[in-house]
Amino acid sequence: MTMDGTEVLTRTVTEDEATILDGWTGALRESASLQGGRIREAELQTQAKAVLGQFRDALVAGGLDADGESYAPLRETLADISRSRAIQGFTPTDTANFVFSLKEPVFEALRLKSGADASAQAAGMWAGGKVIDRLGLQTMEVFLASREEVIGRQGQEIAELSTPVVRLWDGILALPLIGTLDSARTGVVMENLLQAIVDEEAEIAIIDITGVPTVDTLVAQHLLKTVAAARLMGADCIVSGIRPQIAQTMVHLGVELNVVSKATLADAFAVALRRTGRKVVRQQVPTEGRG
Amino acid sequence: MTITKAETLPIRSGDDVVRVRQRVRALAIEIGLGLVDQTKIVTAASELARNTLDYGGGGDVRTEIVQAGTRKGLRLIFEDQGPGIADIEQAMTDHYTSGGGLGLGLGGAKRLSNEFHIESTPGAGTRVTIARWK
Amino acid sequence: MDRIPILKLGGALIVTIQVDMHDRLALALEEDLTAMIARTGARGVLIEISALEIVDSFIGRMLVSIAAVSRVLDAETVVAGMRPAVAITLVELGLELTGIKTALNVERGMSLIQARLAEEEDGHGSDRDHHEG
Repeated sequence: MTMDGTEVLTRTVTEDEATILDGWTGALRESASLQGGRIREAELQTQAKAVLGQFRDALVAGGLDADGESYAPLRETLADISRSRAIQGFTPTDTANFVFSLKEPVFEALRLKSGADASAQAAGMWAGGKVIDRLGLQTMEVFLASREEVIGRQGQEIAELSTPVVRLWDGILALPLIGTLDSARTGVVMENLLQAIVDEEAEIAIIDITGVPTVDTLVAQHLLKTVAAARLMGADCIVSGIRPQIAQTMVHLGVELNVVSKATLADAFAVALRRTGRKVVRQQVPTEGRG
Repeated sequence: MTITKAETLPIRSGDDVVRVRQRVRALAIEIGLGLVDQTKIVTAASELARNTLDYGGGGDVRTEIVQAGTRKGLRLIFEDQGPGIADIEQAMTDHYTSGGGLGLGLGGAKRLSNEFHIESTPGAGTRVTIARWK
Repeated sequence: MDRIPILKLGGALIVTIQVDMHDRLALALEEDLTAMIARTGARGVLIEISALEIVDSFIGRMLVSIAAVSRVLDAETVVAGMRPAVAITLVELGLELTGIKTALNVERGMSLIQARLAEEEDGHGSDRDHHEG
């Protein structure tokens, strides 16, 4: 009657570990088949066994305090599992269910163990529900954090992919910008261009914005900063492809693009060639048929 | 937001300013800031450490690695017991200087940081807090 | 106290800054360079900073002031090899280093200075004799 829930739970999990594990892996197997075989059964079994073992140790050492020191190894294991699931593309439900499906076999074991002692059973279930819920939430937090990390990394990769710096000629680079520029992307663009200037020892970089639909004050400022930074490094920038509407907007916004600008990439390239001491001439084709 | 690592460095001499720069660089690398962000926070720290030394008559800086959710950041708190700043708004404007400098210290440090906060009591001292997030 | 060595090459002075500069060291460099320009009649000053991990407003001011003093002494200052991260930070800081020529590396910097010397020898440099005499 006076039995403490934690005690009931701890005793049940310790003594009936094998039964609980059986019940749990059974439940997991069922849901795994629904998950389209993203994970092998053997792996699931190993994970379940490890988690349950650590859960037992944590209960014995630290009671229900799922945020405490004794739960650290278990939290670590669960974090690893949910991280790998986030990367493998599991849904949040699949991931949460891995932990929550432990409830059923634990409650079943508590029912069998307590027999007629309803209050002991209730206390044990309350304790078990509480600690498993907490573990489930922790797992979800890690899952979401990992997903955010994946998304962040993808964003970074897209930003890098979509801003190729091309070498037009010895010492002349071009950066054809396509799509909307936000300040995060512009930052990456800026760094890539400046690094390419160092790597290629480029004297002139052409920033072509033909593919940029709108230029607001912020983007204009970023462009100006890039040009200023390139100048500090000893390279010149030419901005090309400013469309008439954009030019108009910028004047209305009061943005002064105090840089060399050319209508087209071709014009800018011609200027760049001239500045680096080169000249494009049409080859004299010998007139045929008069011989 | 939790502080996962904190330490305090003195700013009493020019050598200390160099040491603050080096320490801030190491911490910025530790939390995984990119090269440009590292450079920005180190430069901001250099400006503020020099302010603390030149205008505040020396003081110290507390460096903190902070964590908010999944984001890590580096927070620096510069503190001196110097004469303080009477008109903070004026001190924040570029090219304002109370002695010798280019007057880019405070405004520049603000532009180089994600967070900037200054409190000052004339006669009691100044405290500037900056943070840069990953 | 440590000092940063200054090399003389042709009509130019070359300085490579390799260390995280202490404020006093920066001030000493400014003084040494000024004295050296006056003594040697150098027409160009090349400051190579590719090893510098940061340039704050103090170092920026030193560079601007070296350039200004040099100009008065009829020498041109070229800063070479600034890192991208440093350049971005300087722009954000609000320092444009006006009056300073820049170059990607020492080689480019030297050719800037030599181009100026050659231009003056081609006739514009009537005051040159006065300087070297």
